[in-house]
Amino acid sequence: MKTDELKKVASQVRRDIVRMVHGVASGHPGGSLGCTDLLVGLYFQTMELKTDESGSVVFDMSGTGEDMFFLSNGHISPVLYSVLAHRGYFPVSELATFRKLNSRLQGHPATAEHLPGIRLASGSLGQGLSAAAGAAYGKKIRKDPRRVYCLMGDGEQQEGQIWEAAAFIPHRKLDNLIAIIDYNGQQIDGPTDVVLNNRDLGAKYEAFGWKVLHMDGNNMEEVVATLTKANQESGHGVPVCIIMKTEMGQGVDFMMHTHKWHGTAPNNEQLTAALAQLEETLGDY
Amino acid sequence: MKTYTFTEKKDTRSGFGAGMAELGRTNPDVVALCADLVASLKLDAFIKENPDRFIQCGIAEANMIGVAAGLTLSGLIPFATTFANFGSSRVYDQIRQAVAYSNKNVKICVSHAGLTLGEDGATHQVLEDIGMMKSLPGMTVINPCDFNQTKAATIAIADHEGPVYLRFGRPVVPNFTPADQVFEIGKAVMLNEGADVSIFATGHLVWQALEAGKILAEQGVDAEIINIHTIKPLDKEAILQSVYKTGCAVTAEEHQMNGGLGDSVAQVLSLNHPAPLEMVAVNDSFGESGTPEQLMEKYGLTAASIVAKALAVIQRKK
Repeated sequence: MKTDELKKVASQVRRDIVRMVHGVASGHPGGSLGCTDLLVGLYFQTMELKTDESGSVVFDMSGTGEDMFFLSNGHISPVLYSVLAHRGYFPVSELATFRKLNSRLQGHPATAEHLPGIRLASGSLGQGLSAAAGAAYGKKIRKDPRRVYCLMGDGEQQEGQIWEAAAFIPHRKLDNLIAIIDYNGQQIDGPTDVVLNNRDLGAKYEAFGWKVLHMDGNNMEEVVATLTKANQESGHGVPVCIIMKTEMGQGVDFMMHTHKWHGTAPNNEQLTAALAQLEETLGDY
Repeated sequence: MKTYTFTEKKDTRSGFGAGMAELGRTNPDVVALCADLVASLKLDAFIKENPDRFIQCGIAEANMIGVAAGLTLSGLIPFATTFANFGSSRVYDQIRQAVAYSNKNVKICVSHAGLTLGEDGATHQVLEDIGMMKSLPGMTVINPCDFNQTKAATIAIADHEGPVYLRFGRPVVPNFTPADQVFEIGKAVMLNEGADVSIFATGHLVWQALEAGKILAEQGVDAEIINIHTIKPLDKEAILQSVYKTGCAVTAEEHQMNGGLGDSVAQVLSLNHPAPLEMVAVNDSFGESGTPEQLMEKYGLTAASIVAKALAVIQRKK
């Protein structure tokens, strides 16, 4: 897909995000808006996904012969749900059920309701990279050449389990795994540097044995180019970690440059103001 | 009282190792993971014959559980192994979210459960794991009684779709169940039919229950002894059928009274057929260093304790 078209998808996904969290007066718009360009780039350009004869995506829990994505920071579920819906995994109209009773779109991604596109529950932080490692290991054992992508938050890097996985993956030469860290510098209680300083994440991952790339996660051209570079770097015995600089709340001016929209939904006036900044490109659900 | 004999004492963890060795030869999807305790888990034979299907995870149990969850996607059957304490309480949230809630076909197989771990002391003697694991929706919890049964259980859980917690131990104990047994998950095993009291035992306490049965028989008490190797799903029918007949029961386990087999049996009885119940279990206490025999004696997990509880519970029958 051309970059202009990817940007159009991203604009619609951002509209969906603010409408979803407004619709249920809860959820996490900040990180969702910040990671929109990445998820659109992954699902509409970079990842090789299983499709039927007509080209429509088909969800297969095993992920055999296709790329797999794990969202470790599960609280940014709105962006994942919107991207999955627009990619064709389930009807876009279902986004209206987000966080409501009897919905497949749980507050945090889950498998219990069998939502196509979700392979692992996430929400309790720090666990996705380990599961992605297992999925990548499974592909190695099954001699499946496709890749596994895992997105984590930067606040999430404070979880100890992340560093267990960060040591395991290069040690086991899982070079079919590409980890991405949403480096927005914010978490619930404030700036990440103030809450618990991660210091130099890139240097830490390099010390653990990863190939580290950096990118601006809110520049679609750079997202696509860096993911392509990461794919080229993979398969050479070393896993790749992308430190992705983003702006929490990207695309809605009053949600940017603050941690306050990490887990807060807009009211009616704020929704109107937000939507005025986001072009409706694919039709609202 | 039916007579049970054994030719040798063996550890249940070696039964697990023997089961894994057999699975390595018969099931190409089985993968073993371990957190730096290969010799303790008796995985040597599996690893020697299947080096490509063994994943050493190091002292990083949380990651091991996540890796196991991810491995299931490609149809592999991961057996994640460590000591019971590190495979339950240390990684409870990982098991809850990535395995149980995500319904992943992970087999968590843990050794050195309970007091019989011995001299290492209370840090390693987990006595709460059955309670934690049975609380998780969809989790199967198994605590076999000897070498042969642990081997059979290990082989059986590979064919069961869904998460399993398989708990076994360190010391050698009488190996008395048949080598050719077919292990049925959730199906209690009748060891001795009796009319006066039901004794429901699990794990290492099953042999103690048989010893207690002999002592009770000498005193004219006809005890029914049932091996509850599967705590969840519990064989409610077997429990109720037995207590309909005997009118009272004793549970015996190497676990806290809170959350253990006794709790599960009490729930079944109180909801369906209230009857006097006594429990042989650790009573809201941590363990300590000592030999397995000393600890079982000090904490009352013995045939003598089962006898005393059986006589007491019979007195409570109206």
